[in-house]
Amino acid sequence: MISTWDDLVTAALLGTGRRTPPTRPRPGQDAAAALLDAAALRTVQRRAGLLPVAARDLPDAAPEDPRPSLPPAARRRLELLLADRTGSGGGAGRRGSAPDLVELLPQWLAAANSHGYRAPAALLPALLDAARARTDLRPQALALAGPRALWLARLNPQWKYALRGGGPAPAAGTHPSDTEAAQRVWQEGLFSERVALLSSVRRRDPAGARELLATTWPTERAEDRLMFLDSLREELSPADEPFLEQALSDRSRNVRATAAELLSTLPGSALAARMAERARSCVGLDRTGDGVPRIAVEAPHECDGGMQRDGIVAKPPSGRGERSWWLGQLVEATPLDTWCERFGVTSAAEAVALPVADGWQPDLHAAWCRAAVRQRDAAWSRALLGPATSPPAPEGSSWRDPAKLLSALPAAERAEWVAQFIATHGLSEAFRLLAVCAVPWAEPLGRAVVDALDIARDAGSYPWSFSGVMGLAERCLDPAEADRLEVLTALPDEPQDGTGAPGAVGYWAEAFQRLVGTLRLRATMRAELAG
Amino acid sequence: MGGPSVVDMNPQGERWTAEQVLALAPDVASRKAGAELGVPGPWSAAGARTEGGAGAVWGECAGSGSKPYRTVVDLSGPGGGPGFHCSCPSRKFPCKHALGLLLLWTEGEDAVRASDAAPPGWAGEWLERRQRAERATEPQPAAAGPTAADTEAARRRSERRAQRIAAGATELEQRLTDLLRGGLAAAEGDAYGPWEETAARMVDAQAPGLAARVRELASVTGSGAERAARLLEECALLHTLNQGYLHLDRLPEALAATVRTRVGITSDAATLLASAAPVRDLWLVLAQQDSDDGRLITRKIWLHGRNTGRTALLLSHGAGGRAPELSLPTGLALDADLAYYPAARPLRAALGARHAAPAPSPAPPAGGDVAAALRAYGEALRDDPWLESWPAVVSAVTPVPDPEHGWQLADAYSGSALPVDPRCGDRTGLWRLAAISGGSPVTVFGECGHRGFTPLTTWAPEPVAL
Repeated sequence: MISTWDDLVTAALLGTGRRTPPTRPRPGQDAAAALLDAAALRTVQRRAGLLPVAARDLPDAAPEDPRPSLPPAARRRLELLLADRTGSGGGAGRRGSAPDLVELLPQWLAAANSHGYRAPAALLPALLDAARARTDLRPQALALAGPRALWLARLNPQWKYALRGGGPAPAAGTHPSDTEAAQRVWQEGLFSERVALLSSVRRRDPAGARELLATTWPTERAEDRLMFLDSLREELSPADEPFLEQALSDRSRNVRATAAELLSTLPGSALAARMAERARSCVGLDRTGDGVPRIAVEAPHECDGGMQRDGIVAKPPSGRGERSWWLGQLVEATPLDTWCERFGVTSAAEAVALPVADGWQPDLHAAWCRAAVRQRDAAWSRALLGPATSPPAPEGSSWRDPAKLLSALPAAERAEWVAQFIATHGLSEAFRLLAVCAVPWAEPLGRAVVDALDIARDAGSYPWSFSGVMGLAERCLDPAEADRLEVLTALPDEPQDGTGAPGAVGYWAEAFQRLVGTLRLRATMRAELAG
Repeated sequence: MGGPSVVDMNPQGERWTAEQVLALAPDVASRKAGAELGVPGPWSAAGARTEGGAGAVWGECAGSGSKPYRTVVDLSGPGGGPGFHCSCPSRKFPCKHALGLLLLWTEGEDAVRASDAAPPGWAGEWLERRQRAERATEPQPAAAGPTAADTEAARRRSERRAQRIAAGATELEQRLTDLLRGGLAAAEGDAYGPWEETAARMVDAQAPGLAARVRELASVTGSGAERAARLLEECALLHTLNQGYLHLDRLPEALAATVRTRVGITSDAATLLASAAPVRDLWLVLAQQDSDDGRLITRKIWLHGRNTGRTALLLSHGAGGRAPELSLPTGLALDADLAYYPAARPLRAALGARHAAPAPSPAPPAGGDVAAALRAYGEALRDDPWLESWPAVVSAVTPVPDPEHGWQLADAYSGSALPVDPRCGDRTGLWRLAAISGGSPVTVFGECGHRGFTPLTTWAPEPVAL
């Protein structure tokens, strides 16, 4: 009796007690057992006779990545670093004596990229997962992962973020060397592809990028114009001025503001000159009083159309007077050179030292600080920072943001200033300042941090009060310091006089062990990458 | 790539790879903790001894206490697995210190220097004790064999068990025929509870293999006709297995052995190695994979014999959070004896004598196309109808990622494809395979079964676990 598999399933669903199945039992066998026999035969037949299915559309081939592969040891290191990312993470409290691998991933990625390696294909999924969880890793992770990761991300919705730009050129291996391909991506590409294309062209050919943008500028949406305009920030030069000047009349307020901001960082621009003109009429030197001359301020009485076109925001945030608000913006966008000439002084330091009349000093100096940062003016930043040994202003009351001002100074000077600051004031206010110092920390900064930690230990506090600085030190101290630090890892006797927190000695030894261990590991990682 | 395909064997014995070490970790947390300790910082007095490739590593690891932990690893334990000893209180085995020490050692001479010098006293004593113990457990040909009384008692025990299993199989047959008589549709609602109870009855009957299959029945899901069809398949195969067991005496010996194994009667590896004819070959490790059911970690290691062309599967277990002792990283080849467990289609084997230290052999064996993989499974079913899958190397296939409709491995030439087993889901291993392939054909080792293909290893060109 021939019966199909479907016949058997139907019979099984109904039950042999209700209907005689299409199978013939052997003598003495009941119908249900016979049905099972027949089903077993069919099942094995079906399984044994399985044939391949028709293939669906294959994915396109991933673009070639001509960069060299990682040395084997570095490859293993990356695997370990990625395996660890689910780890406990930083946080305060006791962290044991072993290095925190999660925190080393960013600098490992940056170092690997500086060598120009490509990530091993087998680690791309882990790398994409890691960067999905941590946005701060994305630029470096995607750079290392390269075009194949973007190819992969198009296949997996979980990794969509990688296609949203911010990453390296998804020019997808097709290095946009020929302008025709670039034009096509620019005309037809996704927004993320276009942003990436624009910034990659900008790096190679600043004028070309601007011209590319100009071809479609009037038809772009306002949000897109804002993003595209922002990518001109890199490689900004006087040649960009006409384009930016035109953007000052843009329909979108945000586009206008960004254009104005970019123009104000070009000291020779017409906008800068207009701002200087306005600022000069508000701020001058008053020599009429007896004794030293003072800076007199007459804040603007109105915010006219010209000012608004140049990016001055007319409406102040609540709680701020509009005149001081306008003044702040004017001064911020004024080239700092204006002031030496205006006050008849020869240096930023002299200008900063001048007294300011009628309580305008905080407003004026705050605006200068913003201008110094925006114009990356080292002399003004230095003058506004003042000596590192002067007492830090109380929280909240200060118009100075030392961390920001520091970022406009050369790296060596920055390290020097912060070292002095720490030597004078200790570590409690140092975290943000340390964060803007170049890695690895240049001397005397490293030594100052270690000395301060040593002092904190001797003072008997627990190391986790300094876990932020400790964590930074692990990542930023020069690995060559490891040997010098070795002595601190020894476990001294608990002080007998009962001073200091109980057990603190042991925890400090542990913390320094981790510091030394991390520095050694960083040196090893660096050597591994060197191949 | 193009690096040397064979790792230099230094005269002091070969250092392991980090992958080899990490494969020993009992769980992810240990892997991570071990990796963190695989740096010079916490270690002092670390050293290694090498005796013709079979050596030991030791060191002291600074911990939170005032005394460092003392860790020592014997690299060549009995049965080939390494042995660990550490003064830390961890119940993980091996502990993070042992893993960290080995990782440090993998980094080379600068990290842990190897010499012929004797280890420090504390390490030396443990190694000595361990070697004495190993000698004691070696087969002693002169030792008195089991007495006649022992043999008689064992025979009676296995007879009693056989009777219990037969009673269990008969009961299960009754249960299955009742189900089919009443109809699967009628049983749809209350399927779960009764199956659990039946599974427990099979455990009582000392037939864990039957119990596991019964539990599988309870887990068959899906809707309407699809569920009925799958349930009928499973019931039918279970019925066949019961019938096979109840008529063991009428089966050929090999098939009878398969039935016994599938019912859940295990045979002892030591007895097998003593009795079966060993198959010596250069066995390439194709894959190693752990599964954890919460109580027991089961490690499967697939081997491929270079000369015999045979595939073998080694199973080892670790209970209570311990990794199984045997670890053979993918891409090594070892010259060793295997003894296949008797079966109609032998696959599972026990590892016997090793004739040389494992050496890297990164290239995959020659594979077939997708049709050949299915054919091999079909042929294996002729001998063992209960096989879920059969190992296969397929060459020149392109993974087609499709999280929605299920993945495929597409043949590079024929336009045909193997579906990937839907139980693989969308796991990282598949994406790793896609990343390595980059849309181009690759070689994949895995298990090919009636539900599809489960990829286990690919070559990039070094082997990568999936």
